[in-house]
Amino acid sequence: MIQDKKEHKFGMVIDLDKCTGCGSCMVSCMSENNIPFKEDESRKKDSITWMRVYKLTNGKSFPDIQIAYLPRPCQHCSGKGGHGHSPCVSVCPATATDYGYDTGIVSQIYTRCFGCRYCMGACPYHARYFNWWDPEWPAGQEKYLSPNVSPRMRGVVEKCSLCYHRYQAARDKAYYEGRDDIEESEYQTACTTACPAGAIVFGDLNDPSHMVHQIVKPDPHPDPMNKYVVDKSRNPKVFRLLERLGTNTKIYYLSEREWVRKAGDNYLDGEWDKVKNHHGSSSK
Amino acid sequence: MDSALIPEGADRCSFPKFAIGICIVGAVALWGVYAMFLCWFKGLNQTNMNDYYGFALWIWADLAVIAVGGGAFFTGLLKYIFNVDELKNIINFAVIIGFICYSSALLILAIDIGQPLRGWFIFWHANVHSMLTEVAFCLSCYFAVLTIEFIPNLLENRQANKVPFFRHLAHNMHGVMAIFAATGAFLSFFHQGSLGGVAGVMYGRPFAVREGLLIWPWTFFLFTWSAAAFGPCFTLLVTWITEVVTGKKLVKDNVVHLLAKISGWMITTYIIAKIIDTIYWAYVTAPSLGFKMSHFYTNNSFYGYWILITEIVVCGVIPGILLLNKSTRENSTTRWIAIVLGVIGVCLNRWVMVLQIMAVPVMSFDTWALYVPSWQEVATTVLPVAYGIIFIAITYRYLPVFPQERELNHTKLEQ
Amino acid sequence: MFPFNFEWVWDIAHVIFFGALWYSLAILGAGMAFVIVKSAMDTMNDSGEPHH
Repeated sequence: MIQDKKEHKFGMVIDLDKCTGCGSCMVSCMSENNIPFKEDESRKKDSITWMRVYKLTNGKSFPDIQIAYLPRPCQHCSGKGGHGHSPCVSVCPATATDYGYDTGIVSQIYTRCFGCRYCMGACPYHARYFNWWDPEWPAGQEKYLSPNVSPRMRGVVEKCSLCYHRYQAARDKAYYEGRDDIEESEYQTACTTACPAGAIVFGDLNDPSHMVHQIVKPDPHPDPMNKYVVDKSRNPKVFRLLERLGTNTKIYYLSEREWVRKAGDNYLDGEWDKVKNHHGSSSK
Repeated sequence: MDSALIPEGADRCSFPKFAIGICIVGAVALWGVYAMFLCWFKGLNQTNMNDYYGFALWIWADLAVIAVGGGAFFTGLLKYIFNVDELKNIINFAVIIGFICYSSALLILAIDIGQPLRGWFIFWHANVHSMLTEVAFCLSCYFAVLTIEFIPNLLENRQANKVPFFRHLAHNMHGVMAIFAATGAFLSFFHQGSLGGVAGVMYGRPFAVREGLLIWPWTFFLFTWSAAAFGPCFTLLVTWITEVVTGKKLVKDNVVHLLAKISGWMITTYIIAKIIDTIYWAYVTAPSLGFKMSHFYTNNSFYGYWILITEIVVCGVIPGILLLNKSTRENSTTRWIAIVLGVIGVCLNRWVMVLQIMAVPVMSFDTWALYVPSWQEVATTVLPVAYGIIFIAITYRYLPVFPQERELNHTKLEQ
Repeated sequence: MFPFNFEWVWDIAHVIFFGALWYSLAILGAGMAFVIVKSAMDTMNDSGEPHH
């Protein structure tokens, strides 16, 4: 096993101006991670979609209406102050979800979860899904399931793992080849590779050579206006979802459009105008 | 038919009448048991919960029965630790109600979890930082305390009491009950509190989150305080219902007035703290996260300001004042109004702290999520009520639950 | 729950939480053991004497 010399912090930045809402990320995610189907998929609030694309509008009518699509995987929060106490990890009573300090990835241990769903209540992004049914696939499809990802049983919670199995495979390869660490291109999530518009950039936020770091430029200092916010982007076009809550997500979003950036968080009347020019959507 | 089991000198209805009553309520309980097995065997797809509503009717019922069951620990604390001696006349019944509430809460949790056979993981793989872990441990331990507190009453059954060992055991347990009651009060403080903490620590949910003291959000203390305040109301309510059903006076007025007075003080102090908490949350906590108070109470078809006003003013301030004031406390009509409002108020508070939290959208582009429970959820929630009625009927019939019963009904018996 | 569970850490949180738990259980256990033993002894003493 490779002893990592440095601490990774895997994350992504999604360019919402490039995203066309095609849904390839959702499909590739479902296929990669053996996500089952329901007999009736019309009730979306109990369908499992680790990656879900939201449709945002600027609320104006034609011809001023604008639309943006926002892909939402698990945000892999590092919690208040970035100490690893994600909203979900800190509440799980059975230690079935954990924060990887070496990767920044929030894991879910399916065989440990007993289905209390407290983590789902604690997650404001609705990134966590419960297996209300036994997993089922159309006849024959079970032969094509990925052998690297375990299917989940009824009654447990699941969510995006940032394709952790791909990280494991990349590390195995590096070990076999006698290398200490993995290359940026060796570990990419399924949604990143599937996006035809190239809207998703994935990598190590701690590594200045990675493109995600260069776009996001995470601030190593806590936000002076909100001590709970860390790793805020220094790129004024980059924002995070609900940054003010102090969840410290590792999924960043990029947009040239002001209304899209504003939609990332909640603001009182007049607040946005005061903070919009302070790198990204400010925290207080 | 069963007269040998009925406490000496007590007047009970005929066995057939009793059996018919039990059968009617038993049918409702069976309906609940059927729904319970559906949930266990077919899974939680039997409910109308979804990924937005991971916490729903059951968790509300769980929190509500624990809150109203708080009468057991608080009455026990007053009786055994603060030596409020009059309460010995209602403590048995408070313990029985507590026992029913807590056993129901544990049953609901067993139905609610997605993998019931893994329920023990919460103990085995405990995450000590989770409020729910604290709830599970203290709840189970306190249920053990309630069982211990109930045993002496059980052993006082006419036939059981003939066995010398049981007679001594009941006597000796009474002797050390203060230690058990103190442990129970300690455990209750923490599990009632951590149920409030469950909501208060969810910092991703601005409707729920509260600041607090050390690791405990203010909801921790508010939940403990409200359970101690409204729990005795529920004890009094069930006592009153039992008196109406049996057609007998079972507890003397001075005991009822005393408990109502204590409850009144507790409710009033609680509601002051709750109002301060609400104002601070509405004007400081939520705005600091970008939310106006109106966000939580408008733009949806159910959760309006009415729920806040009903919980705090109608079912909080009013019962507090009615029970504090001697004349309204001792007037049976106004007292019962206060008690019923109080019980509704604490249940409504738990509803808000479970279901409204789930309903409120947090992301700016998300929508309100409303939910209607399935019949299976309703049936399993009614199950504890039916079970409680049967349990009270049996214990009342066969155990000397109310020490004042004979005295209060003496004249009637002699006639 | 026990130090041999792999997620156990000897930190202040575990010591306080499980300290309080085992302490409460010990009180309940010892209390019950005491009353059961005492009742058994009382019963045996009774049987030696004639019934009143």
